[in-house]
Amino acid sequence: MVSNPASDLLGFARRVASGSIKVVDLTQTLTQEFPTIVLPPEFGQAAPFRLEEISRYDERGPAWYWNNFTVSEHAGTHFDAPIHWISGKDLPNNAVDTIDPRKFIAPANVVDCSAESAANADFELTVPFLEAWEKEHGRIGAGEWVLLRTDWSKKPYSEYAGMRDDGAHTPGPVPEAVKWLVEERDVHGFGTETIGTDHGQGHHFNPPFPAHFYMHGKGRFGLQCLTNLDQLPPKGAVIFSAPLKIKQGSGSPLRVLALVEAA
Amino acid sequence: MSLTPSNGSARRAYDGVVMCAPVTIPYVRYSTDTAHWWIGRALHQLTGTAGIRPRDIDGLVLSSFTTGADSAVGMTQHLGLSPRWLDHVPMGGASGIIGLRRAARAVQNGDAQFVAVVAGDTNHVDSFRKTLSSFSRFAQDAVYPYGSGGANASFALITRNYMNMFGAKREDFGKLCVAQRDNALSIPFAMMKKKLTLEEYMKARPISDPLHLFDCVMPCAGAEAFLVCREDVAKSLGLPAVRVLSTIERHNSFPDDPIQYRGGWAMDVEEFWQMAGVKADDVDLLETYDDYPVIVTLQFEDLGFCKKGEGKDFIRQHTFTTDGTFPHNTSGGQLSTGQAGAAGGHLGITEAIRQLTGQPIGKPVQDAKIAVVSGFGMINYDRGLSSGAAVLARAS
Amino acid sequence: MTEPLKRPKRKDPLKRTQQPLYPQSVRSRTAHGLTKAAAEGRFELQTCDDCSTVFYPPRDACPNCLSDRVPFRPVDDNGKLIADTTIRTSTDPYFRERTPWRVGLTKLDAGPVILSHLHGDVLEGQRVRLALKLDKGGAPVMIALPEKDTPNMADDPHLREMTCDPKFRRVLITDGRTPVGQAMAKAFSDAGANIVFVGIADPWKPFPGQDELKKIERVEIVALDVTDSESVTEQAEQNGGRIDIVINTAEHIRAGGIMQRHGVTVAREEMDVRYFGLMRLAQAFGPAMRGRGADGVNSATAFVNLLSVHALMNWPQYGAYSAAEAASLSAAQCLRAELRSGGVRVMNVFFGPLDTEWFQTVPPPKVTPAALAKAVVQALQHGLEDVFVGDIAEDIRARLAANPKALERELAG
Repeated sequence: MVSNPASDLLGFARRVASGSIKVVDLTQTLTQEFPTIVLPPEFGQAAPFRLEEISRYDERGPAWYWNNFTVSEHAGTHFDAPIHWISGKDLPNNAVDTIDPRKFIAPANVVDCSAESAANADFELTVPFLEAWEKEHGRIGAGEWVLLRTDWSKKPYSEYAGMRDDGAHTPGPVPEAVKWLVEERDVHGFGTETIGTDHGQGHHFNPPFPAHFYMHGKGRFGLQCLTNLDQLPPKGAVIFSAPLKIKQGSGSPLRVLALVEAA
Repeated sequence: MSLTPSNGSARRAYDGVVMCAPVTIPYVRYSTDTAHWWIGRALHQLTGTAGIRPRDIDGLVLSSFTTGADSAVGMTQHLGLSPRWLDHVPMGGASGIIGLRRAARAVQNGDAQFVAVVAGDTNHVDSFRKTLSSFSRFAQDAVYPYGSGGANASFALITRNYMNMFGAKREDFGKLCVAQRDNALSIPFAMMKKKLTLEEYMKARPISDPLHLFDCVMPCAGAEAFLVCREDVAKSLGLPAVRVLSTIERHNSFPDDPIQYRGGWAMDVEEFWQMAGVKADDVDLLETYDDYPVIVTLQFEDLGFCKKGEGKDFIRQHTFTTDGTFPHNTSGGQLSTGQAGAAGGHLGITEAIRQLTGQPIGKPVQDAKIAVVSGFGMINYDRGLSSGAAVLARAS
Repeated sequence: MTEPLKRPKRKDPLKRTQQPLYPQSVRSRTAHGLTKAAAEGRFELQTCDDCSTVFYPPRDACPNCLSDRVPFRPVDDNGKLIADTTIRTSTDPYFRERTPWRVGLTKLDAGPVILSHLHGDVLEGQRVRLALKLDKGGAPVMIALPEKDTPNMADDPHLREMTCDPKFRRVLITDGRTPVGQAMAKAFSDAGANIVFVGIADPWKPFPGQDELKKIERVEIVALDVTDSESVTEQAEQNGGRIDIVINTAEHIRAGGIMQRHGVTVAREEMDVRYFGLMRLAQAFGPAMRGRGADGVNSATAFVNLLSVHALMNWPQYGAYSAAEAASLSAAQCLRAELRSGGVRVMNVFFGPLDTEWFQTVPPPKVTPAALAKAVVQALQHGLEDVFVGDIAEDIRARLAANPKALERELAG
């Protein structure tokens, strides 16, 4: 039987509606309290999410409720475009408004290092760890996301941010691992539960912030502050991650959805 | 006739000038009428008493605290008068005497023939508080914010100091208040209608130590007026009249006294009697400005009825009742009759005219020929600033 | 002798809160010379430049020589109370519910006789010191104080009407992350505040001094971020009804002029903390405070803004910062007008460069956080409205009074 593309798409929609394809929301709620990236105070700072009521059925607008919000491109669950980093600044179509929209849909590999991270907040994702994962779950395909499950999203904010007097202590990849993912596996991008795609101490790596440097340098994407990764299979989930279409935007808060086959 | 007062310049006598047609519009505690109404009533009764028409009034001296934005000029149009001579005397309890001085000279010099001297104020339920807070710039800046006790607090301090300085006692002041109450009992429109005993005075509610309830006047609405004209004119109208033997006025006297224990009269008392040609002993009745009994006592001293500091002894020597020794405030004064705003300074004048012309409202002072009336007013900051007095004599 | 203030009992929730009233506060323009002196805690009277006569009440000409060169100048505040009275009936609602109320006349050694409120410890015939204070309506008034300090004299009920003493009051320090916020917490705890609420934003971010702050007696850490309307509203909902003094310590100090800011991101943060922050605090805490201005011994009494003295004149080296401070000052002046009807004072504390990291490169003299905190507590105890802390702040104040243009040019370097 020859498949009919149109009916495939409608069939997909029906499966979503019926629940045989499950939609997992990987997004943190945008709140004022959610931690944002902390840079030394003399640098410019990412604005945290702030909500100001315009009216709430009152003298400012009698029948309607609405808000203005302010937020950095890099707060809450957000998307990093290649233009975010200096290594990706000259690539074509490197900003959120010019990225090919097809790229907002891609399969995911979920690398579970929650046990290792629980044992060590400074857990480093290495090439051997990834190779071991592949041995168990299969090769990471080209054009696929690699999402790092650390269960970090379940932590209270102070542990989540992991701020100590020598900086943040959160798990993340070493430079070789990122380079390997980009060059040896041609991945679509790298996603984490933590505030950044990089290790908390990533500024001490060479190059500093390798997940940003290598991924964006090769036109790949980042997702951070994800949640519910524990509800995804190691392989087989499809990620919808369309950022706001901000002119020459370097990223944006967004709703990240994962589609998985219901068990 | 010329006099040479202490300052060396001559004072001209008020020859040929008289006062007549005393008018009192009966006081009420609170009035819903305006000051304009009260003043209008007083002038209406004045013209009726004098037998002249309103348009004959060619001179007007007005005193009032409550005419609002209307000055004496505005009042002429309000009342339909076209005077050729007009004065506004906003000098509180000194307004009566000072209005008389102005009017007498105007008549004497021919600037006007009939000068009506009128004062009237209304008393709305909340007007007293409003008057207090905006009484003067100094009151606003430096008095009212301090407890807002009004004049009571200011005169309490003066009373306290006087008692400390001269050993006067509350009983002394009480005697004056009790005597005035006796006098008021024959005045039908007096606010206070019940006899007052010294015991009641002593036990009254404290207001601002050492002042108690019966040391304080009761603000009310009312109006007073009299006419000043030439003696021959009064005679032709058949109006009983009194002559003006002498007057004085003074403002901001003794500014270096840290606290007021003497008034402006003390600066001018010598000239006062010299011009009058009579002595304190010749006086048949005294109408003082009695906003507080301590001020009455200052007037006894400063007008020469006794020496400074001997007021308490003077008080102990007399009865001050209309029919007793040294008749004083024979209308009951403001302490018993009420304080009708600026008219409080005219109350003693109309009473003196009535007593001298043999037409008292209450009890008569027998064979009264000479009266002294004094006024005092305008506590601006810590003391009353204006004082005045006049010696009046029965005409013919 | 003054009866020492007792720790107020818990309020009866069935009792109506006494509504704030204040004495008549209209003054002549000239009399506002007293307002200025009282606001800054000085005793000044008009003194004739031509004949040296000291006089009172305020006038527009010297009563001795009619000169109009009659500025307010500091004068000897000693004198003798020559007469006093106890007012037992008053026409003014404020005093009516506070009678008996004593007033008296003091003959100052400097000359004039002054009608004043009386501290409970002064008696007729005694030597006294006169002080200029702001009353509940923010208007300048005189009060005669004992010649020498007496035990518990600050607890005198009449005097306490004119001060904002933190004793037994509940204080909110809006930002405890900074050295200044922490010094305030310590100072207000030491000054006898009943509770010192200390606001902490982003509690997930550790900060120096955190542990010491928590150890201070009667300190209670609360969530508060002045840049977040929801956070400020929530804090006001929880504690706004029992906060008597707000100390706005939220700061945002960065060097640089406005061209150096390179965009407005940082400038926006400055305004968010210093201008909008104040506005959020005012909207959230102001109404309840205004309603509690007469709520007994621990009534709401003061809203304190800490401001760079460069709010008064821009310092281009910290130019964008100065501008945000100026915005905050202007808002504070508005808030002062709005809280006045509740008898709640807005106190602006102008400080020179602080001895903190953000003024690291600025040479001394600098103000230590502890000195600033001490000055704020004392200023509240004295009931001031405008306070200058440190040599630089005093210097700027004097130069501003002398020649604002010269100051502007000289600060430009």
